[in-house]
Amino acid sequence: MDKIFYTLLVYSENFAGLLNQITAVFTRRQLNIESLNVSASSIPGIHKYTITTWSDRETIEKVVKQIERKIDVIQAHYFTDDEIFLHEIALYKLSTPEVQENPEVSKIVRRHSAIFVEVNTTYCIVEKAGMTEEIISLYNELQKTGCMLQYVRSGRIAITKSCVERVNGFLEAREARYRQEKAGAAKKAL
Amino acid sequence: MKEKITGAEALMRSLEHEGVETLFGYPGGSIMPVYDALYDHRDTLNHILVRHEQCAAHAAQGYARVSGKVGVCLVTSGPGATNTITGIADAMMDSTPIVVIAGQVGAGFLGTDAFQEVDLVGVTQPITKWNYQIRRAEDVAWAVSRAFYIARSGRPGPVVLDFTKNAQTDTVDYEPKDVDFIRSYVPEPETDPVLLDEAARLIDSARKPLALVGQGVELGNAQEELKAFLEKANIPCGCTLLGLSAIPTAHPLNKGMLGMHGNLGPNIKTNECDVLIAIGMRFDDRVTGRLDAYAKQAKVIHLDIDPAEINKNVPVDIPVMGDCKKTLRLLTEKISPADHSEWIGSFREYETTEQTRVIEPEIHPAAGPLNMGEVVRAVSDATRNEAILVTDVGQNQMMAARYFQYGKPRSIVTSGGLGTMGFGLPAAIGATFARTGRPVCLFVGDGGIQMVLQELGTVMEQKAPVKIILLNNNFLGNVRQWQAMFFGHRYSFTPMLNPDYQQISAAYGIPSRRVMERAELAGAVREMLTSDGPFFLEACVVEEGNVMPMTTPGSSVDEMLLEC
Repeated sequence: MDKIFYTLLVYSENFAGLLNQITAVFTRRQLNIESLNVSASSIPGIHKYTITTWSDRETIEKVVKQIERKIDVIQAHYFTDDEIFLHEIALYKLSTPEVQENPEVSKIVRRHSAIFVEVNTTYCIVEKAGMTEEIISLYNELQKTGCMLQYVRSGRIAITKSCVERVNGFLEAREARYRQEKAGAAKKAL
Repeated sequence: MKEKITGAEALMRSLEHEGVETLFGYPGGSIMPVYDALYDHRDTLNHILVRHEQCAAHAAQGYARVSGKVGVCLVTSGPGATNTITGIADAMMDSTPIVVIAGQVGAGFLGTDAFQEVDLVGVTQPITKWNYQIRRAEDVAWAVSRAFYIARSGRPGPVVLDFTKNAQTDTVDYEPKDVDFIRSYVPEPETDPVLLDEAARLIDSARKPLALVGQGVELGNAQEELKAFLEKANIPCGCTLLGLSAIPTAHPLNKGMLGMHGNLGPNIKTNECDVLIAIGMRFDDRVTGRLDAYAKQAKVIHLDIDPAEINKNVPVDIPVMGDCKKTLRLLTEKISPADHSEWIGSFREYETTEQTRVIEPEIHPAAGPLNMGEVVRAVSDATRNEAILVTDVGQNQMMAARYFQYGKPRSIVTSGGLGTMGFGLPAAIGATFARTGRPVCLFVGDGGIQMVLQELGTVMEQKAPVKIILLNNNFLGNVRQWQAMFFGHRYSFTPMLNPDYQQISAAYGIPSRRVMERAELAGAVREMLTSDGPFFLEACVVEEGNVMPMTTPGSSVDEMLLEC
C-alpha cells in the first residue's frame, strides 16, 4: 500500500507518562515518528500533540483508535496535508566571517523571507518559519554556500481548517451526557 | 466527617468502600504498612496468602471472571510487582477487571535504584488499562476509586496502583471518593441509530446468517438478550473459547466452538454464511485462521463496546457500538421473526461427520488408555453441566473446552489471548472464592501444574474446594502434537519426567486418586465430586493423544483436518 504523510492531532489531560503511552502505539506498529510537538492547548489543563508519520490509511486509522483508547487521551484525529494549515520553524547557524565574505548568503536569506535573529562576530542565526518544503529549500541553498555551522527544525504544528475546536464540543457533550445520566439515576432512585 | 489516618489505612477504607471482600496477595518490605493496616481489617477483608505473586494475579482473575466483580491483588515492590506481570498481561488480553496494588519505595528514593525498586508504571504501561503511582496519602481515595471505575467499566481490564511507602505511612484527612466520570474516557460509546437500523435491515434480508458469540456477552451480562435475539431471527451461532458459556451448550441454535480446534460446523459455515454477526468478540487469529480467506462472501455486522476493535482484523460493513446488553435488545426489537431451518439443517452433516470421526472415538473409545476428552466428558456429565470449568493452557484446555458442556453463564475460566501455562490452578483457587455454590473443576496438564505447583499450599491452607483433574500424558502435549504434525516427530524437549503426584497431594494433605483404567473412571469422578473440599484426581491418559479437528496455522477457517 502507498504511504501517505499524516499529521495526527491528539488532545490529552496533562498527566505524567501519557507521551510515553502515545508513542508506544507507534512503536508497536513499527511506525517512525517524523516529528512530534507537545504543548499546552487553548483549553486550560489540556495538552495538544502534533505528530507526523508516514503510513497508510488503514494503519493510521487503527493507530488513532488505539491512541484514543488510552484513558486520559481526550481525542485523536488524523489529517492529510490538504486538510490542515501547518507550520514549522527552523534555525540556521552560519559562520559570520564567511557570511561577510559571500554576499550571496544574505540574498538567499532575503529571497526566502527569512530573518537574522542573532549576529555576533563568530556566528549569526537565521530563522525561517513556513512550510516544510520552504525550510528545506533554504537549507539546501545555504548548505551550498558552505557557511552553515548548525541547523535545527522544530516539529510541525498544525491547525485544522474547521472553524470550531472539536475538543470543546466533545467535552461539553461528555459533561452534558453525564449530568443527564446522573439526573436520570436520581429520578429512578426517587 | 474527616479524620486523620495513614495512607495504608485509607487504602483499607477505600477498598471496603468499593465493596471489596477478597484479596489475593503476598507481603514484602515496601508494602508492610499496608499489611499492618490489613491486620485490623481481617474480618471484613479476606486476604488469601498465595505462594507466588504471579498466582495472586491469576487468582484475582479467576475470582473476577466467575463473580463479575473486580479481583484485587496486593504485592510488594520490585520482584513482588514484576511477578504479577504475566497475570496483568493476561487480564489485558482477556478483558478481565483486576486491580493490582503494589508497594513502591518511598518517593524520595524513586529513580535511585533503591532496594526492590522497579519502574512499575513504566513496565506495566502497555499491559494495563490504566496505571498510576500514588505518591501522596491524599491521593489514595481518588486513585483507588478511579482504579475500580476504570477496571470494571466499559471493556474491563487490569489497573495497577504503585503505592510509595511514604504515601502509606503519611497521614491524611480521609474522605471516601466515588469516581464515576472521567471526561476523557468513554466507557460506553453511543449507539448510532442509523447503523442500528441498517444492521436490522441486513439481518432481515439474510438467508444464511451466522452469529459469533464472544466473551463480551458474558461481560455485559447479556446472555438472555443474546438468546432472545438468536431465537427471534432464528440465527445459528458459534462461540469463541471465552464465550462458550454465554449460551447453553444444549441450545439448538448453539453450533459449538469457533476456531483452530473448534467444531467443524461453525467454522465451515463461516465461509458460507451471507451475514456474519459478531457479538462481543475480537476476531482473534485463533478464530479466523488465514484472514484473506475469512468470510469474504459475507457482510459483517460487529457489535462491540470498544471502537478500536472495529476493522482491526476483519473489515466491518456495519459497526454497532455500545454495551451489547443494550444493542442486542434494540436489535431484537427491530428485526422481524424469521425461519432459517434449512440453513440451520445444513450444519447437520458436519455435526454428524465430526461426531462419528472425532467425538465418538475421543469420548467412547473401544479400548486402550484413557482419552483426555473422555475424562472431561465424564466429569461434565457427573456435575450435570453445573460446574465451573477452569483450564490451564494446551491440550488440556482445548479438550476441556470441547468436551465440557455448559449449562450456566460464566462457566469457563481460561487464558485465551495470552495462553498462559500455569494460569489454571491459581485461577481455580480464585474462582472458589466467588462463592457461587457450584463446583469448580480444573483441568490441567502435567506441564502447567508444575509451573505453579506451590499453590497446592494455598489450596491446603484455605481448604479451597478445587477439583483438580490432572490429565497426565507425560508430555508437553500441545507442543508435542505440533512437533508430530509440523516438525517430523522430532520431540525436542517435550517428554516430561513427572514426580509422583499422589505423594505430592499427600504431602499437602489433599485427598487424591490416580486413575488408569476406564472401568475406574466414573467411580473416581464420583469420589472427587462427593468429597468435601479439594481433591486431586490424576488421570493417566494416552501419551500421544491429539486435539482434533484442527485448522493448521496459515490455513483458512474452512480447511479443517479431522485426523492427523
